[in-house]
Amino acid sequence: MKIHEYQGKEIFRKYGVATPRGFPAFSVDEAVDAAKKLGGGVWVVKAQIHAGGRGKGGGVKVAKSIDEVAKLASSILGMQLRTHQTGPQGQQVRRLLVEEGADIRKELYVGMVVDRGSQKVVLMASSEGGMDIEEVAASTPEKIRRIAIDPAQGLADADADEIALGIGIPQSALAQGRALFKALYKCFWETDASLVEVNPLIVTGQNQVVALDSKINFDDNALFRHPDIAALRDLDEEDPAEVEASKHDLNYVQLDGDIGCLVNGAGLAMATMDIIKFYGGSPANFLDVGGGATTEKVTEAFKIMLKTPALKAILVNIFGGIMRCDVIAQALVDASKAVSLRVPLVVRLEGTNVDLGKKILADSKLPIISAANMADAAEKVVKAAKK
Amino acid sequence: MSILIDKNTRVMTQGITGKTGQFHTRMGVQYANGKNCYVAGVNPKKAGEDFEGIPIFGSVKDAKKATAATVSVIYVPPPFAAAAIDEAVDAGLDLVICITEGIPVRDMIRTKHRMAGKRTLLVGPNCPGVITPDELKIGIMPGHIHKKGPVGVVSRSGTLTYEAVGQLRELGLGQSSCVGIGGDPVNGLKHIDVLRMFNDDPQTEAVIMVGEIGGNDEEIAARWVKDHMRKPVVGFIAGVTAPPGKRMGHAGAIISGGKGTAQEKLAVMEECGIKTTRNPAEMGKTLKSVLR
Repeated sequence: MKIHEYQGKEIFRKYGVATPRGFPAFSVDEAVDAAKKLGGGVWVVKAQIHAGGRGKGGGVKVAKSIDEVAKLASSILGMQLRTHQTGPQGQQVRRLLVEEGADIRKELYVGMVVDRGSQKVVLMASSEGGMDIEEVAASTPEKIRRIAIDPAQGLADADADEIALGIGIPQSALAQGRALFKALYKCFWETDASLVEVNPLIVTGQNQVVALDSKINFDDNALFRHPDIAALRDLDEEDPAEVEASKHDLNYVQLDGDIGCLVNGAGLAMATMDIIKFYGGSPANFLDVGGGATTEKVTEAFKIMLKTPALKAILVNIFGGIMRCDVIAQALVDASKAVSLRVPLVVRLEGTNVDLGKKILADSKLPIISAANMADAAEKVVKAAKK
Repeated sequence: MSILIDKNTRVMTQGITGKTGQFHTRMGVQYANGKNCYVAGVNPKKAGEDFEGIPIFGSVKDAKKATAATVSVIYVPPPFAAAAIDEAVDAGLDLVICITEGIPVRDMIRTKHRMAGKRTLLVGPNCPGVITPDELKIGIMPGHIHKKGPVGVVSRSGTLTYEAVGQLRELGLGQSSCVGIGGDPVNGLKHIDVLRMFNDDPQTEAVIMVGEIGGNDEEIAARWVKDHMRKPVVGFIAGVTAPPGKRMGHAGAIISGGKGTAQEKLAVMEECGIKTTRNPAEMGKTLKSVLR
């Protein structure tokens, strides 16, 4: 799960990670109030969307008067902000963060992720703040410092110091840098984060080490023990089809093709998308219905897929192991009737009770195209979609 | 021969009293030699009771002592599953197969760290389990699609493994063992570990390796294959069409920072002499083409 920058900074503060002072704003009036509350003479108005690259997209601006704060807030609120992560349609800005301006002497980068190789949390830091870390990794990998953190010990002082000095935090600010890294790791660990990124991390003119940005992703599997974090979810930032699917316990990802897929199992669902492409078609979605493809679930899945305007056909690919094919066939028939399918439906069933399943599909008199195996199914659905 | 488990394995079910644990223990008992292999269940609150004749013990340690079981399978719900693995590791079992899906990554980081230097092997979590056809099935895979034979199967996915096995069956090819290593980013045995075992297993003549987007375990395994594997390996990677930055069902199936793409994995596998296919309907056929 992703959260907004301002929410991330609130969490940072709880853990003692220094951030600029700031307040969220949902309207121009609130933005002006925030600026007044902050005082001073320089403010930063920051669009809050979940995608990165907001600055380059024109969603982060500096104001030097309250009037300017109001002007910027009104132009940014409601805009379709396009960044390299939003896609060409962009993302509508509904929330702002108004912060005090910072005196930036140095821009650095620090991030933490779960590293599969070491099976630990890895801290990555770089002297190249404000840049895309993937670009730094590709062009100047020697500028990135990495350390795998011992889960029993936590981040050791010596390791934190080495990283801090290695990325150019001055000796005079070393204690602060160390404290910030340690607080950041504590935050990562205790909140069950899957990614924490501060880009840029800055050293100010007064030698303060401050998180100027915040990006936190959380492990969905651990949200059950963090109801306060789960409550930060912003459905406006997610694809409406994916939100709807998650309500029905369906694992759904919207894609831009025209062939809907309904599959049991994540690996087989990906392979089904791949084989559609292999035979010249284009998948409209990833959908794993999991182990229990009930009539209700299949009906909801069909409804969600049918909302894709470009949808031309649906492929159902089920390898029923524990799940019986006759049960699935009945669910498919009932769901097809319930939603009055407007596109051709190709069904490939395999596994337990497959003959009975196929008979149920045939007896239903629905225009279901039956497929013998995965390749046959893909060929048939691609052909049906091209008609 | 086979790897990890066979008809002489003695196994206990942790979480035997839950609905999933009951169902799959029953299916395991009914498959091949399962009746003799499933010897114990564990539930701290139900020690002294039994499940369809299988005695239930209060701890893994007690179950091991009373039955000499050396393997456990875990169907415990996600919040408690990592602790269940810890218990099996502390009891010194040879192998723990964790089926549970949805364990927090932090729990698994801690558990893996505790396991360092211990003898216990872990398969999973979030996996279908391990089957040695006609001998023993531990996990949730459909037993009836498998048959004994020369092909080793190792995979990060459940139903896609069944697909591969189904294709082998169509071609008349059986399996030595099939191992589902699971779809989580922090897990037990990796592709490379299972390939090592297949390499040393006399029954295994060739291996299908099924991978998916995310991480670089397939690349690491492929480089090992190039230098050490004495048997042909074929491969398929799911997710050629997966968009970057989106989690595709499995917690570990995500392309992040442009890394972990299917194309990248397939390229390295091919460089290392692994015959790959981009068509998931041809995993079986590809394997057959390399059998000596």
